Amino acid sequence: MSNEDAELLKEFAVESQEHLCDIENQLLTLESQGDNMDVALVNTVFRAIHSIKGAAGFMGLSTLGGLAHRAEEVLNRLRNRELRPTSLVINTLLKAADRLKDLVDEIETSNEADVAEHLAALEFILTGESESTKACVSVVDAPALAAASPAPALYQPDIAVLSDEALREFLVESYDNLEQVERDLLILEREPTSESVLNSIFRNIHTIKGSAGFLAYSTLERVSHVTENVLGCVRSGQFGMDHEVSECMFRSVDAIRRILKSIETDRTDGSDPMTNLIANIESVQAMKWKAANPNSSMRAEKTNAPASVRVERSPTLPAPAAPVELPPSQPNATPSQTAENAPPSKSTDSAAQPASSVHGEGSAADSTIRVDVALLDKLMTRVGELVLARNQILQFNSTINDNALYSATQRLNLITTELQEGVMKTRMQPIGTVWSKFPRLVRDLAAICEKEVRIEMEGKETELDKTIIEAIKDPLTHLVRNTVDHGIERPAVRKQKGKPTEGCLTLRAYHEGGQVNIEICDDGAGLNLERIKAKAVERGLMTQDAVSRMADRDVGNLIFLPGFSTAEKVSNVSGRGVGMDVVKTNIEKIGGTVDLQSKSGLGTTIKIKIPLTLAIIPALIVTSDNDRYAIPQVNLLELVRLEGEQTRKGIEWIQGAPVYRLRGRLLPLVDLRHELGIAHAPKGLDDDIVNIVVLRADDRQFGLIVDRINDSEEIVVKPLSKQLKNVSVYSGTTIMGDGRVALILDVMGLAQSAHVVSGTRDRTLTDSGDRNDSNKALIHTLLVLGVGPDRRFALPIGQVTRLEKIAIDTVEHADHQEVVQYRGEILPLIRLADTLGVPSNTSDERLMEVVVYTESGRSVGLVVDRIVDIVETELIHLRPAHRIGLTHSAVIQGHVTDLLDLPAVIRMVDPSFFQDPINA
Amino acid sequence: MIATRQLCTFYLDGHLFGVDAQTVQEVIRYQEMTRVPQAPLAVSGLINLRGQIVTAIDLRTRLGLKPRESGKLPMNVVVRSDDGAVSLLVDQIGDVIEVDSEHFETPPDTLQGAARELVQGAYKLEGRLLLLLNCEAAVELIAD
Repeated sequence: MSNEDAELLKEFAVESQEHLCDIENQLLTLESQGDNMDVALVNTVFRAIHSIKGAAGFMGLSTLGGLAHRAEEVLNRLRNRELRPTSLVINTLLKAADRLKDLVDEIETSNEADVAEHLAALEFILTGESESTKACVSVVDAPALAAASPAPALYQPDIAVLSDEALREFLVESYDNLEQVERDLLILEREPTSESVLNSIFRNIHTIKGSAGFLAYSTLERVSHVTENVLGCVRSGQFGMDHEVSECMFRSVDAIRRILKSIETDRTDGSDPMTNLIANIESVQAMKWKAANPNSSMRAEKTNAPASVRVERSPTLPAPAAPVELPPSQPNATPSQTAENAPPSKSTDSAAQPASSVHGEGSAADSTIRVDVALLDKLMTRVGELVLARNQILQFNSTINDNALYSATQRLNLITTELQEGVMKTRMQPIGTVWSKFPRLVRDLAAICEKEVRIEMEGKETELDKTIIEAIKDPLTHLVRNTVDHGIERPAVRKQKGKPTEGCLTLRAYHEGGQVNIEICDDGAGLNLERIKAKAVERGLMTQDAVSRMADRDVGNLIFLPGFSTAEKVSNVSGRGVGMDVVKTNIEKIGGTVDLQSKSGLGTTIKIKIPLTLAIIPALIVTSDNDRYAIPQVNLLELVRLEGEQTRKGIEWIQGAPVYRLRGRLLPLVDLRHELGIAHAPKGLDDDIVNIVVLRADDRQFGLIVDRINDSEEIVVKPLSKQLKNVSVYSGTTIMGDGRVALILDVMGLAQSAHVVSGTRDRTLTDSGDRNDSNKALIHTLLVLGVGPDRRFALPIGQVTRLEKIAIDTVEHADHQEVVQYRGEILPLIRLADTLGVPSNTSDERLMEVVVYTESGRSVGLVVDRIVDIVETELIHLRPAHRIGLTHSAVIQGHVTDLLDLPAVIRMVDPSFFQDPINA
Repeated sequence: MIATRQLCTFYLDGHLFGVDAQTVQEVIRYQEMTRVPQAPLAVSGLINLRGQIVTAIDLRTRLGLKPRESGKLPMNVVVRSDDGAVSLLVDQIGDVIEVDSEHFETPPDTLQGAARELVQGAYKLEGRLLLLLNCEAAVELIAD
C-alpha cells in the first residue's frame, strides 16, 4: 500500500465528514421550510452527496458510492420539485446520511456493510412516494422519472439561485484542484510513468468536471471533459505523457483557470466557448492515439478511457491483503447491491489498510476547521493590546511589593506570551504556498528564453506570518524571473563552460535567530561586475571615481539602485530597469534586508532576511535626552559601554567625525541626540559614561550613542500617522509599559541621515560566511576569543551575557578564587588559559578582557587575552575535540579555532555552579 | 433657504474658531505627550488615547499664531480623519453652537499666510466672529 493511497483515503474521509456534518442541519431546514423550500439549499446538499459519490466511485468504495447514488437521486427529485420534503423523505435522507457517516468512519469494512435497508427505503421514495405526490406537483415529466440516472446534466440549476457561498466554495475548491493538477503535471514531466500522480491529476480534473456539470457551466464541463479523456488514455497506457501532451494539458489548465476567473467575476463561464482549444486537445489525443495504435479505431477507446481508471489502479497495489475481519452482526451485501457494484476485490483491499490510519486519528473532520482571516487579524490586534496591558501591569510589580500580585502577574505574563505565540501560529503559513507557483513559472520562462532550468526547493515548510507571505510574493517572483532570464546561461554556453546544460535554481528557506532567511541561488554566469560598473556610470548613478574604489561586493548590490538594468535588450520577461530596486524597497518595507553575492562563472546568491511577523517585535529600549526610543533587535549587533578612562581614550576623531576602535576596526559613531536635532553639538562624548549601540544598516556597522540602555522588550508596532510618514528616522510607534508612546527608530533611515551608508568600506566579516560552498551547514554567530600568542577559541554568542574590560587591580580573592565586584555582586573569574592549560600572554597589561556568562541568576567571568571578533559563519571542517571543555575544532576566518563547551569549562573550576541555583 | 449646522468651538489666541461637530470624536484635557524630534513643527507629540496612538497638532503653530504662554496647558480636540484620529491642541474649549449659513462669509483677501488656507470663512455672530476651520487641511502636514 503506497502512501499516496493512504493519503487519498484520509483526504476523502475528512472531506466526506465535512460534507455530511452540514447535510444534517440542511435537511432539517428543508423539512421546516416544507413547500417553500430553498432550492439553493437542496443544491448544496445534492452537491455534497454528489462529491461523496464521485470520490467513492473513484476509490472503489462501492457500497458507499451506491448509497450516495440513491440519496442523490432522491435529492434530484426534490430539486426538480417532483418530491416534497415531507418528514418521510427527510427522515429517509437523514438515515442515509447517518449510514454514510458510519461507512466513512469504517472505510475498511464499508464494502461489506449492509445498506440494503437504506437502499430500499430510498427506492421506496423514488417509486412509491413519487406517485402519491404527483398530485401536488405542477409539472411531472414521466420519462424523467423513469430514467433513474443521476445524470447531473439533466437539470439546469438556476444560477441566480445558487448562493454566493456555494459559488465561492466551488471556486475555492476548483482553484485548489487546479493548482494540484498543475503541480502534478510538473512532476509528471519528470516522472512520466508515476501512476499515483496521474491518478491525482485525473481525480482533480474529474471533480472540476463534475461540479461544472452540476452547476451547468457547459464550457468548463466540456474543457475538463476532453482533458479528462486525454488523461484517461495516458492512464490506460494508450499513449505516453510526452512533451506535446503535457503542453496540451497545461493549455487546458490555463483555460480552466480563465473560465473560473470569469465565473468569479460575472457568474458565467465566459462567452468564448473555447471550441478551438477543445478541438486542439481532441486532435492531440487523436494524433497520439493513432501514432500508438495504427490499426484500431479511435472512438471506442476514447469513450472507454475514463471508465478504465479504477481497474488500472490495481497494478500499483500489492497482492490482496489478509481478509478483513467482519463484524459478525453485519451480513454480506445484498444481491441487488453486488449486482450493481461488483467491485474487484483488489480495490476493496486497497481501502482496508489506510483506513486504519484514518480511524486511528479519530474522526479526521473534527481536527481542522476553516477560519476567516479577518477574524485572525482581529485576534492578533487584541493580543497586541493584551501584550501592552500586560507590560503595563508588569510595571506595577516593581513599585508595589505584594506577593499575591506578583504571582498573579507572573501567571498573566506567561499566559499572554503563550496566547501571543498561539495566535501568531494560526497566522503562519509555510513559504511553500508562495513557492508552489514557481515550478510552472520557471518552466514557462525557461521555454521562452530557450534555456533548461531545474528548480529545487529546500525548507518549503518554513513558516511565516500571512501578511509577510503576501508581501514577499511579488519580490520573490521577480527575483526568480530575473534569475531565469539573466542568471542562467543558454544550454550551448553552459556546455562550453563545462557545466551541465540544465541550469539549477535553488530556493532555500530557513529560520535563524528569529528571522527567516530566503535564498535564491543559481549556478549561472554570475554578475558581470565590469558591465555593472560601466552601466552605473553611464546612467549617472555613480561617478567613475566612486565606482573604481568600490569593492566587488558593493558593485553587485548596485543592481538594487533605482533605474538600473544591464539587459542589452528588453525582453518580455525582465529588464525594464524597474524591479530590483522595487524588490529591495518592498523587502525593506517589511523590515527585511536583501543581499547579493555573485561569483563570476559560478552563479549568484540572493539572500533575503525577513522577520517572522510584523505586529510584535523584540526591541531594545534606549533613552536619549529623557525620551525613550525602541530599536528593532534585528538591527542590533552588540552593546558597548565605555567608562571613565576608556571614554577619553576609546573615542577618536577623524576630522570632526567620532569613531571607536571596535576590536581593531573603526566604527563610526552617531550621537542620537545630535541626529534627532535635540542637541546641536555632539556633546556627551566628554561624559564619564558612553553607551554605544552597535547597529547594522545595509551591511555597514555604526555605533549609536545613547544616554541610557534600558532593556529588551517585546513591542507592538503601530504605524506612523500620515503627518510623520516622511520622517525617515522613524519606522513606527509603540506604547510602553507605563502607557506612554515611544518612537521606533528606523535604523536604515538613521544611517542614511547620518551618512553612514554612503561609504564604500567593505565589511570583511560577512565575507567569511561565504555560502557558495556546497556545504549547507547552518550559519552560527560566534564570539572568537584569543588566548596566548596564537590560540583561538569560539563560543556561541547566545551564551555571552556581556563583554567587559576589568582593571587587574580590582581583582580580589574569595574562597581560593579570583573575584571582582561587578554590578553590586561578586563575580568569580575563570582564567581560560589556566583552565585549559594553554599559555597566556597578557600578564603585563592593566586591563583584562572578561566574557560574562549568566545562568539562573549566577554569573561567572571568563578571562581571556583578546576578544578577536564576532563572526557569522558556517561550521565547516569540523573535527570533534577530545579534551574536556572543548566540543569541536573548526576553521574560522582561516584560523583553526576550538569551540568551547562553556558549561564544561565552568564545571572544571566550580562543579557546583549549575547545581544549586541561588534562592532569592 | 437657511441651512444650519453645529460647530464645536474653541479659542486660539483670543479668536473663536469652530469645526463641524460631526468630525469631533471627543474633547479631552491635556495629556502627556511624547515629542517627535524631526517632525513638522506643528506636531507637538504623540498621545496614547486608550491604546490608540494619536498625533497632536498645535493649532497655534499651524495657524502661525504666537506660541501659548508657558504654564498654560492646551486642550485636545480629537477629530476623525481619513488616517485615524488626530488631536488638535487649542487654548480653551467653547460651546457647541448652531450657526446659519446666512451669516456666513468667505474670508477677506487681506487674510494671509497659513490662516488663508485653513480658515474657510467666518460666521458673523452677535458681537464676535466665529472662524470656520478647514479641518482636513489643518491635519494635512508634510515633513520639512
